[in-house]
Amino acid sequence: MKNQKCKGMQDLLPEDMLRFRRIEDVFRSCCRDWGYQEVKTPTLEYLHLFTATGTLSPSMLSKVYSFLDWDGWSGERVVLRPDGTIPVARLYINNLSEHELARLFYVTNIFAFEGTGKEKRERWQCGAEFFGGTRFAPDVEVILLAQEVIRRLGLNNIALQLSHAGLVAALLKDLKLSPGEEAKMTDRILEGNWQALTKAKSTTPEIERLVAALLGLKGKSSNFLHNVRASFPKASREFKSSLEDLINVTTLLDDLGCSYEIDIAAIHGFEYYTGICFQLLAGRKKIGGGGRYDRLVPLMNGEDIPACGFALYMEPIMELLPPKKEKRGECGILVQGKELTSEIIKTCFTLAESLRDAGYPAELDFTGREGPDYRWVILVSGKKPSPFMLTDCVQGRQRDVASMAEIVEVVSEG
Amino acid sequence: MKDYQAGYIKLALPKGRFLSPTASLLDEIGLGFQDYSDKTKQYRLRSARFPGLSAKILQEKDISIQVAVGNYDLGICGLDWIEEFLVKYPAGAVVKISSLNYGEGDIHVVASAQSGIAKLDDLSDGKNDYRIVTEYPNLAEALALNLRMRRFRIFPVWGAAEAYPPENADLAVLWGKSGADMATQGLISLRRLLPVTAFLIANRESLENKDLSQILACFSSKLATGTQNSTESKLNTLKAIKVSRPSRQPKEINLALPDGHQQAPTAQFLRRAGLNLQGYSEEVLNRRPSADLDWLGIKVIRPQDMPLQVANGNFDLAITGEDWLREHLCRFPSSPVKKLFPLGFGSVKIVAAVSHEMPVENIDELRALVQGSTDRSKTPLKVASEYINIADKYLRDNHIDPYKLIPTWGASEAFLPEDADMLIDNVQTGKTIKQHKLKIVDVLFRSCACLIANSDAIGTSFEKKEKLEFLTQKLREGLK
Repeated sequence: MKNQKCKGMQDLLPEDMLRFRRIEDVFRSCCRDWGYQEVKTPTLEYLHLFTATGTLSPSMLSKVYSFLDWDGWSGERVVLRPDGTIPVARLYINNLSEHELARLFYVTNIFAFEGTGKEKRERWQCGAEFFGGTRFAPDVEVILLAQEVIRRLGLNNIALQLSHAGLVAALLKDLKLSPGEEAKMTDRILEGNWQALTKAKSTTPEIERLVAALLGLKGKSSNFLHNVRASFPKASREFKSSLEDLINVTTLLDDLGCSYEIDIAAIHGFEYYTGICFQLLAGRKKIGGGGRYDRLVPLMNGEDIPACGFALYMEPIMELLPPKKEKRGECGILVQGKELTSEIIKTCFTLAESLRDAGYPAELDFTGREGPDYRWVILVSGKKPSPFMLTDCVQGRQRDVASMAEIVEVVSEG
Repeated sequence: MKDYQAGYIKLALPKGRFLSPTASLLDEIGLGFQDYSDKTKQYRLRSARFPGLSAKILQEKDISIQVAVGNYDLGICGLDWIEEFLVKYPAGAVVKISSLNYGEGDIHVVASAQSGIAKLDDLSDGKNDYRIVTEYPNLAEALALNLRMRRFRIFPVWGAAEAYPPENADLAVLWGKSGADMATQGLISLRRLLPVTAFLIANRESLENKDLSQILACFSSKLATGTQNSTESKLNTLKAIKVSRPSRQPKEINLALPDGHQQAPTAQFLRRAGLNLQGYSEEVLNRRPSADLDWLGIKVIRPQDMPLQVANGNFDLAITGEDWLREHLCRFPSSPVKKLFPLGFGSVKIVAAVSHEMPVENIDELRALVQGSTDRSKTPLKVASEYINIADKYLRDNHIDPYKLIPTWGASEAFLPEDADMLIDNVQTGKTIKQHKLKIVDVLFRSCACLIANSDAIGTSFEKKEKLEFLTQKLREGLK
């Protein structure tokens, strides 16, 4: 029987890992520069952590990998982490909530069943979460941080789309649906079915006008939003306050020279978001997203702490990065033993160690293979007076060397 | 029918509740099988009219799975088991062809009349931890998620779900004949989930690749032409129904007694022990029998479900089989359930058995056979068992690799040899094994009825401890 990997799971090969690490390194370095601290949460969490807030949609929850642990006779199910933010919120509430502010980041895998076979069931993401703080500034901070990672990765033509979950929530409230109907409507919107809003039973002409405007709400400046505000003087207080919030953030972004598109209906899957939400797009492909989720921490029995954050999706970003061969040519050294005697093997190990101690990566070889990728190749014969032959692969020159110290000297001179 | 080879089309037919209406339907549409009756000892049936058609009688719960994996092209079973499968595996290869328009009752979500739960929507934002007991764990989980229940636990049971609320569960998802019927058990239906009607189902690939037209044509005269019975719930009428509300005081000590095969010997044993019960004897089954000890609460549930219930503190003592205790401990090694003493009746052997034709006499030869298969694409050994955790451990411990477990709900022998290579099941006399041309390759262990308890509960209050000791001592007397 072939050793198959599980459906929907992926192997990351050396070339994939080069791109993976590049994203991770840039992400880590940006987060540290902005004062974020790295955390890791466990792969297993209790299922109720994700059901308890009532914010994740049933369709998302029906795809989690849940099971009974070996001591799960009480019926308490555990899940393979299906989401990055909720576990970090739990970590914050359990351990760090005495801090007024916490800036945290993580690189993690998340698991969700996917039946079509087109998507992966294990995916990786780089996420950052900002707990506490006042409004607007943290929203802008997480957007700019995400943008900086994208910029430092050298990705071009990434669009930033903005929306606001509060606008949708205000509108739903105006529809005066029963709690059950409201939950169903929210689920449909989360799945991207905005047209459901227009089919709600209890619409009035004013609400219909609002829905139409909301679905068509597209613009590229805060000025646009000022005009929207002026055309709906009768909108509910919640709607106005959410619009105000969006105006504040977009004004700041305008002032900071950050370009964006406003498209309320373009964003779905916001689940626990309550305020600004954003997504990053390469063409039509979503490579990241985030937003404000002020109710999550209190719903998880934490203090009334506002929060916002984002995640960048590893797999689509890896596809955008050009594949790179590992460059050993710049400094890589191959230490080759001419024969397989214990004396020569020992000398090879000792030489490689002193090279690494001096700061040069050194790989060992006892098969006599050709090594065109290396900067230097050292053939160890162990024969006096010159037990080493050093090949400069760049210059194409060879010379005999008498001692290890001399090799380190030549290598360091380049 | 064209000249198909024998057994070209395979049909899975239900045991139990749908057996006789299905047999009548098949007779009516000219697809009758001679031995498809309540009394049959056969599992395999041949069609006299269509040589290409064969059928097998299976437990209803197994049919949608067996059709989905392609062991059967067509199947007939209740909509409840089809939905239980499809809600968890929406991409499963089962296609619902049509309702066959017979069946009875519905699957309901119920609560005890005493619980104070009046509406399902009330459960969405509560902070309570709801315990849901059910034979349909997938339907129950989907329901809980759709209601956005904040916290819930699902207890799958083999049966008798109606006996659990309110003491041992907040909700139950179960079959009920009618609202009135459930009301007599002190239960209120909160929602009708689906009607339980018989359905004809097909394997998706069979529909695409096989010619089933002649068989389907036979059914077509009977297939539902009109619309399905409206599934709109008529629960309003329930308001007029008088729900029985017996006042049930919480009891200090709770005992679980088995139904099914174990009921008669247990009743005899209890009589020997001098414990006088009303509503539990060889002939009578009341889910809540009473004893002449006012501090003792008794419920009758399935023996398979007892260890889990004792682990959760729902019962202090229970009479079950050692096999089910072991099955529980294989799944939950650190469970607080322990055996107090064996009761000496209900003795069975748990065995591994294979078809007569398989050239092995013991488990070592079987291992060699599975491993020695020169075929590069080694096909896994298919093992049918109702003890999936015991079977899993046994196969692992014996280095049988690769293997696939097929969970069954009893009668694993029906699966051999077409749908499984081996079974792990209990035998009393070995008659069934011989009858089905099987041979035993290993005896895993012997099991008899035993008294189990929760080892955490033993360290409770002095008074409770005293009563527990009194009761266990009394039961010990039944051994004499």
